[in-house]
Amino acid sequence: MKEEIIIAGFGGQGVLSMGKILAYSGLMQGQEVSWMPSYGPEQRGGTANVTVILSDERISSPVLNTYDTAIVLNQPSLERFESKVKPGGTLIFDGNGFHKFPTRTDINVYRIDATEYANANDSAKTMNMIILGGLLKVRPIVLVENVLNGLKKSLPERHHHLLTVNEKAIHIGMDLIKKVN
Amino acid sequence: MNDTKKHNEEEVKLMKGNEAIAHAAIRCGCDGYFGYPITPQSEIMETMMELEPWNTTGMVVLQAESETASINMVYGAAGCGKKAMTSSSSPGISLMQEGLSYLAGAELPAVVVNVMRGGPGLGTIQPSQADYFQTVKGGGHGDYKLITLAPASVQEMADHTVLAFDLAFKYRVTAMVLADGIIGQMMEKVVLPPYQPRMTEAEIAERCPWATLGKPASRKPNVINSLQLLAEEMEEVNLRLQGRYREIEKNEVRYEEFQCEDAEYLVVAFGTMARVCQKAVEMARAEGIKVGLLRPITLYPFPVDRICHYSHTTKGMLTVEMNAGQMVEDVRLASCGRVPVEHFGRLGGIVPSPDEVLEALKTKIINR
Amino acid sequence: MTINDIINPANLVYAKTKVMNDVPMHYCPGCSHGVVHKLIAEIIEEMDFQEKTIAIAPVGCAVFAYKYLDIDWQQAAHGRAPALATAVKRLLPDRLVFTYQGDGDLAAIGTAETIHAANRGENIAIIFINNGIYGMTGGQMAPTTLMGMKSSTSPNGRTVPLNGHPLDITKLLAQLDGTCYVTRQSVHTVGTVRKTKKAIRLAFENSMAGKGTSVVEIVSTCNSGWKMTPEASNDWMVENMFPVFPMGDLKNL
Repeated sequence: MKEEIIIAGFGGQGVLSMGKILAYSGLMQGQEVSWMPSYGPEQRGGTANVTVILSDERISSPVLNTYDTAIVLNQPSLERFESKVKPGGTLIFDGNGFHKFPTRTDINVYRIDATEYANANDSAKTMNMIILGGLLKVRPIVLVENVLNGLKKSLPERHHHLLTVNEKAIHIGMDLIKKVN
Repeated sequence: MNDTKKHNEEEVKLMKGNEAIAHAAIRCGCDGYFGYPITPQSEIMETMMELEPWNTTGMVVLQAESETASINMVYGAAGCGKKAMTSSSSPGISLMQEGLSYLAGAELPAVVVNVMRGGPGLGTIQPSQADYFQTVKGGGHGDYKLITLAPASVQEMADHTVLAFDLAFKYRVTAMVLADGIIGQMMEKVVLPPYQPRMTEAEIAERCPWATLGKPASRKPNVINSLQLLAEEMEEVNLRLQGRYREIEKNEVRYEEFQCEDAEYLVVAFGTMARVCQKAVEMARAEGIKVGLLRPITLYPFPVDRICHYSHTTKGMLTVEMNAGQMVEDVRLASCGRVPVEHFGRLGGIVPSPDEVLEALKTKIINR
Repeated sequence: MTINDIINPANLVYAKTKVMNDVPMHYCPGCSHGVVHKLIAEIIEEMDFQEKTIAIAPVGCAVFAYKYLDIDWQQAAHGRAPALATAVKRLLPDRLVFTYQGDGDLAAIGTAETIHAANRGENIAIIFINNGIYGMTGGQMAPTTLMGMKSSTSPNGRTVPLNGHPLDITKLLAQLDGTCYVTRQSVHTVGTVRKTKKAIRLAFENSMAGKGTSVVEIVSTCNSGWKMTPEASNDWMVENMFPVFPMGDLKNL
């Protein structure tokens, strides 16, 4: 098993931490993992992205040109990464603020309106967990149980009371994600 | 010291390359870290400040007023026989060149980490390998060399920190860990090295009889110095250094090979680019192209003999570097013109992708 | 008095401190460095710190200071002595660590290292020889060169438009919270030599007591660089240097 994922959006949308949670989940599942952020000032409000690779074997290049799965959370990220999804791969987008939508037909395109849901339910902080839930519904690359174990490991103990909220968010995401092509 | 026991369990952790360096330094008994913030390596000092090793191992961590001060603090600490280090990124390393030359002249062991970013000038904070020349060909004034380790994974960031200290003290030279922004910023699995106690003063006095710890009545004063006004004496220092460099070249060459046994073409790359090239080699092999990858782990000493060997067995070589072509000169020297040696690189912080590498291999070497 | 009377230990009135090496100094006759070296050596012996001292030599005339005092030394790059001293003292906190620096080293190329070590309150002593000129490289203008004073790089005298003002770095250091003792002394008379000795001793005691950074500036002569006899240099110093760099404690906590 090897899954090469790009997650991209605005800084502040939790792109890097979503990647981190995914990487920790892979670690919990005994996989090889790499988490490679676009780093720098663009993290503050500009476009941020992170490449996460989960693999059963040693990972060679942490830098990729094409991906099995792309999760795009804003318009510029869709424009940048739609073409980089491997044929047969997966594209997940959060429709909030989009005016142009994915056009490819040789990949599986999913929409998850996590921002809208989070805004309506006053749960902006779990937005990225909702999206992660959506991803796991359509690409079950790690067990939800391992996501929670990974969270437990990466979060300081004072935040452990948030684990149930996050678990709930994952399941909300699983219900929210819809195939659009 | 309860923490020590806890940390000693061999546990797989997920962390950034920069963080791994900080953990490894504390664990291998580093006495002092002196640094100045600069992207993309600030997590090294940040992690140390978070870990507060002065409460556990007694290590000193100090944020200096500049890279110039940092490297000279390293000089002061190293002069006392202490395990001292600093870290920076390209512009800061340029500022340290004076200190690196003095460290060499005074024959002091030290560890310096350069998490390279694109230049010249203030440049970019994106990853680069454009400090190859500066590192392996000198950088500062005078005839000196830096043992140069090029980590290609977060695990090696930790391992090379420990190794750099060992080599620095073995030869009384500065060892440079030459990483790039990607290895510094990416997270991977890492098993941290076990804790080693810091050297006691008695151990330092024995291992480093030259160290300035205060002069007991039983010995002459120790003087840490790089000044020799008499040319004859200065030549003597130089000859001693050169002798040491020849020993290093004989004993410390390190490299890794991937699919080289039957290779008709050879890709040579270090650090992050070696990882990208490994993927390119896998892609080429899938197309039936017999290509192998040689990854120098030590850039100085350079694996000259190994490259020379492949210049007899392959049809051409491609170096892939995040620069305008620096290591390619050493590969050309080592292959003595027997096979074509070309360079492919991207500049200013752009990381070539595996398919770009494969394409370059085809156009520049295979179908040339 | 015969020679035998002179060498009779019972008649001994003065002996060179054992911390001073028995080698001829390279300093010019009349130079203040030799006197200050001797004072430091005597204090180290009196404090019984010969085995516990690490001194940092500068670049400048005192670059060879390590030849004259029988203690461990580190020779620093130009201006960087306070950075070295910072690391040495932090790693060996029970040692006496001091820097010995001239005006070019401390107040020009090493300004940042000096100010920041002092501002951090490193428990070191800084001995600062200010003779208003670059002695070793042949009499060039220093940050402390007086207005109108001639040097090889201000041959018609220092002017504000061309060179700016003399830098009173000691006054500046006295304002920093990290310094505990900042004083300005000289060594041109027996009385001032005695006062300077007391000042250096206090600086050393402060650093061992962990009180912060102590700075002892010694306004000095450079008769070679100033192109005067030693005696005329002393007079010139009193007349011209002292009004700009007045004697006395600037801070003593």
